[in-house]
Amino acid sequence: MYEFEYHRPKKLADAVKLIKSKKEGKLMAGGMTLIPTMKQRLASPTDVIDLSGLGNSGVSVTKTKVTIKAGTTHAEVASSSDLKKAVPALAALAGMIGDPHVRHKGTIGGSVANADPAADYPSALLALNAKVVTDSRTIEADKFFKSLFETALRTNEIIKQIEFEIPARSAYSKFPNPASRYAMVGVFVADFGKKGVRVGVTGAKGSAYREKAMEKALTADFSADAIAKVKIKADDMNEDIHASAEYRAHLVGVMAKRAIAAAK
Amino acid sequence: MPAISMTVNGEKVCGDVEGRTLLVDFIRGNLGKTGTHVGCDTSQCGACVVHVDGKAIKSCTALAVACDGATVNTVEGLATNGKLHPMQEAFREHHGLQCGFCTPGMIMAGIDIVKRKGKKLKEETIREELEGNICRCTGYHNIVKAIQAGAAKM
Ligand SMILES: Cc1cc2nc3c(=O)[nH]c(=O)nc-3n(C[C@H](O)[C@H](O)[C@H](O)COP(=O)(O)OP(=O)(O)OC[C@H]3O[C@@H](n4cnc5c(N)ncnc54)[C@H](O)[C@@H]3O)c2cc1C
Ligand code: FES
Ligand code: FES
Repeated sequence: MYEFEYHRPKKLADAVKLIKSKKEGKLMAGGMTLIPTMKQRLASPTDVIDLSGLGNSGVSVTKTKVTIKAGTTHAEVASSSDLKKAVPALAALAGMIGDPHVRHKGTIGGSVANADPAADYPSALLALNAKVVTDSRTIEADKFFKSLFETALRTNEIIKQIEFEIPARSAYSKFPNPASRYAMVGVFVADFGKKGVRVGVTGAKGSAYREKAMEKALTADFSADAIAKVKIKADDMNEDIHASAEYRAHLVGVMAKRAIAAAK
Repeated sequence: MPAISMTVNGEKVCGDVEGRTLLVDFIRGNLGKTGTHVGCDTSQCGACVVHVDGKAIKSCTALAVACDGATVNTVEGLATNGKLHPMQEAFREHHGLQCGFCTPGMIMAGIDIVKRKGKKLKEETIREELEGNICRCTGYHNIVKAIQAGAAKM
């Protein structure tokens, strides 16, 4: 790892000021992606601004809405009793990320900002029609995930929290890569009743995306049979040593059916 | 260089570190506690697991400076008056190790599982919870048995 200067501000305003004043500053939340990347010298920031001093964590649930602060760890999301009641699928998703030690440190803000094509949260944010609230604006999930590791965040923009309406039912189904446990394919299905069904897919393409043909079929009839005829094209799917594009396309259908069967 | 202090195994310690000094390097290099191991460069193996403020984390993926003021427990702090911790004793008893490289991380992870899930652990739970700890020797079977037995005695 290259040397850098370390900062741990206590207030968001100070973090914003710090990151803007540094030549090549980098924000750090749980460090679960950033530190391995710096160890490999793929990132070499002049300054690291650690957000863990902001105390910006916690899940709050009202009758209709969930708000998760950016610094909430995967372990906290997985064990939130309010969230387990309101949106059990999201708590379960958080409990499937990596391993217990990673979940003790890694955060929702860091995961969303990083936008790994195989990360779990992006599929949920898309399916839940979530809003990403930053220090300066609110970005809809649909406009947030751009492509491979690319989001709508501007340089130095800091995520404050994630918000979404509570769906009538939802579920996440993941086919984990047997070695890394990241999603080979993960499908999040959320049923918003009259407002329709949304389907977020991760792991399959360069960036998480919505499978709109499935959404249409499921809005009319929320059943595994309803999507049996939806053709998933392999054209722009990821292909690597773990799975071919065709196999990933197939998995999208299988994971979606499992999620539909499990939705509650 | 930032000066940091923390409580490691109940003892106040301090030292000067660089921003980039990893917690595991501070523990091994500065404090000479080499029970905590480094088995990979990719945050996957769990040989480096220690408890920071009561939670199991991978000390190879934490900055020492970020742990300023924290309470850290390593495998060296488990035995009391020469008597092994029940989890350590269970690994001995059930032959939960061969080369022993993964063992400190396994034991620290095992104790963390008990803290979160209680003393009565199902085999399935243990296997799931060991996702972040890799063993190249044992095939895990005896590790799982050891954690189950150690948990019951904690
Ligand atoms: C062994 C291992 C297994 C894993 N398995 C999975 C898995 O199965 N599924 C999965 O989804 N992920 C997995 N991860 C990744 C994990 O979820 C990370 O926690 C996550 O990707 C990054 O979160 P972090 O809080 O650690 O962020 P950091 O590593 O600290 O930061 C990541 C990036 O986000 C930026 N950032 C952080 N916080 C903010 C903010 N508030 N505003 C703006 N930018 C910000 C940083 O500048 C950096 O570029 C795994 C990681 C490891 C090490
Ligand atoms: S050395 Fe920390 S996970 Fe391998
Ligand atoms: S006993 Fe050798 S790695 Fe586990």
